Amino acid sequence: MANNNTNAAAYWSANLRLIIVSLVIWATVSYGFGILLRPLLAGISVGGTDLGFWFAQQGSILTFIALIFFYAWRMNQLDKEFGVDEE
Amino acid sequence: MSQFAINLIFVGGSFALYIAIAIWARAGTTKEFYVAGGGVNPVMNGMATAADWMSAASFISMAGLIAAGGYANSTFLMGWTGGYVLLAMLLAPYLRKFGKFTVPDFIGDRFYSTGARLVAVACLIIASVTYVIGQMTGAGVAFSRFLEVSSDMGLIIAAVIVFLYAVMGGMKGITYTQVAQYVVLIIAYTIPAVFISLQLTGNFLPPLGLFGTHIESGMPLLAKLDMVVRELGFQDYTADVDNKLNMVLFTLSLMIGTAGLPHVIIRFFTVPKVADARWSAGWALVFIALLYLTAPAVASMARLNLMNTIYPAGPTADAIQYAERPDWMKTWETTGLISFQDKNGDGRIQVYNDTPAFAEKAAERGWNGNELTVNNDILVLANPEIANLPGWVIGLIAAGGLAAALSTAAGLLLAISSAISHDLIKGSLKPDISEKGELRAARISMGVAIVIATWLGMNPPGFAAQTVALAFGIAAASIFPALMMGIFSKRVNNKGAIAGMLAGLISTCVYIFLYLGWFFIPGTATFANIPANWLFGGTGYGISPLSFGAVGAMINFAVAFAVSAMTEAPPQRIQDLVESVRSPRGAGQAIDH
Repeated sequence: MANNNTNAAAYWSANLRLIIVSLVIWATVSYGFGILLRPLLAGISVGGTDLGFWFAQQGSILTFIALIFFYAWRMNQLDKEFGVDEE
Repeated sequence: MSQFAINLIFVGGSFALYIAIAIWARAGTTKEFYVAGGGVNPVMNGMATAADWMSAASFISMAGLIAAGGYANSTFLMGWTGGYVLLAMLLAPYLRKFGKFTVPDFIGDRFYSTGARLVAVACLIIASVTYVIGQMTGAGVAFSRFLEVSSDMGLIIAAVIVFLYAVMGGMKGITYTQVAQYVVLIIAYTIPAVFISLQLTGNFLPPLGLFGTHIESGMPLLAKLDMVVRELGFQDYTADVDNKLNMVLFTLSLMIGTAGLPHVIIRFFTVPKVADARWSAGWALVFIALLYLTAPAVASMARLNLMNTIYPAGPTADAIQYAERPDWMKTWETTGLISFQDKNGDGRIQVYNDTPAFAEKAAERGWNGNELTVNNDILVLANPEIANLPGWVIGLIAAGGLAAALSTAAGLLLAISSAISHDLIKGSLKPDISEKGELRAARISMGVAIVIATWLGMNPPGFAAQTVALAFGIAAASIFPALMMGIFSKRVNNKGAIAGMLAGLISTCVYIFLYLGWFFIPGTATFANIPANWLFGGTGYGISPLSFGAVGAMINFAVAFAVSAMTEAPPQRIQDLVESVRSPRGAGQAIDH
């Protein structure tokens, strides 16, 4: 039982670490590059405008998709590693 | 063949398909009615979620909003997609593991309190009913424009169709019709966009065309658009925003509001496994992104097309004669969504930004005010006509707009009816109700919800547009934080959760009412809704009522943690429940409670 508990705690903290890293990226591309840091990226031009505009209208959406699939893939690995998968 | 006949074939054909699916997918048990039996393939659920989520607002209004606001309205693009990251990581897998039927189910069990469950039911119903009004009116507009029936008649037809498949099939019928509706709406949205992108930039992929080169001028498309609108006194399309605090908070409100909307969350109860819930959120966003990556391209290209139509020889030359206006303008004038007033009496249609800064230039050119008012909503609907596309594309747009409105309406109605039959009747009033009785109650409450939604659609309260802000605000400030704390904290207890939800709900509603009128009654607003009056307005970083959901959510979190810290910890069985929700193993059994 004690072993079970430490295993569950380790699984949960691995999940939390993964979530925090993912959400930092999530916030950086949208709130960062897309909004707050746009003036800093103004020098990098993309199709008639700047990189910040691209992140606000396309880049952040593409990053969001990649993040979810990465998270789902990595969590499946963790599920198996910690023996909490559904099989 | 007349345009009317073509529209009829497309709309009639799509409706026949939905009804055929409804007959095939009848629900026999409450599990089928609430969660489609829990056996939906994750990719298919992703597609159904995309249709469920993308409403008349996404299909009809969003491109128009971006066209009008340019970069500033990128908030909708990021806000309405970023919520899926939160869903995939913070809510969906754990709620799927919990394995019950509704959102209040989880809140009631986790916070071991009927009170918490009822607060959740109230938040859910307010958020969903306000949301459904917009769908019904959207369907009414699409009907009246494309099928030449009155908008009331159109609404009744829409209601009957939704009634047939939602009441008969429950979540099972809704899921499979939503898959079909997704296919219809995405084809309808992308085909005209591909044609327009080809015409303007030579690139058949609209998202690449957006950053491509405008063939006619040889300039980048966005630079050309900036130049044209600047000449007419408008802000650059790509211009940056000054009040970034409000932009961040508005985007955040849309994101956490999206993640907290019950009709989206319950879609993830229908997949077989926890891992499927994670994949499914990814697929949902892929299918949503097909439209959301197309929308900004449609927005900029349609705005450029419109300006070119009005100033055929460029913005520095004369505008088009009213008598020579294109046919699409005549058709849309009859709907009142576009209107012309010849203020300087020269018979031409001048469109420009009528501000003091531009007054001198306007006087120089003999202009006496902006003469054309265009409702943002017609941009997508009139797009095929503006770009001179063939009649079948227009028929397709009609079917697509209706698919977007109906699929979202059905999802919302299911969320409402399950909250009533499962949480209110079975969960609180009559716990010993039989399976058959509960299924009947679910169908009756669905029927009643449809009648009320139709009535509200026919007599839309003047505040229909504002209520969508309310729906997102409530979902963001009450439902999302409660769910997240229920999963990520073992310490938040019943008292903390209820106090938090109420604090978030009330603070958000009050802030919205202060500026938009108490209960949206016209003339009762305490302050005029202008940036200078908003919270922190004096600094130039005011928080708009539409952005307050994120602040409400923070209030909810703070109050819930403070109250929980001062009161006793939740009992051991609740801590065990949280522990079990966090681990995927055993999800298959969980649903057969």
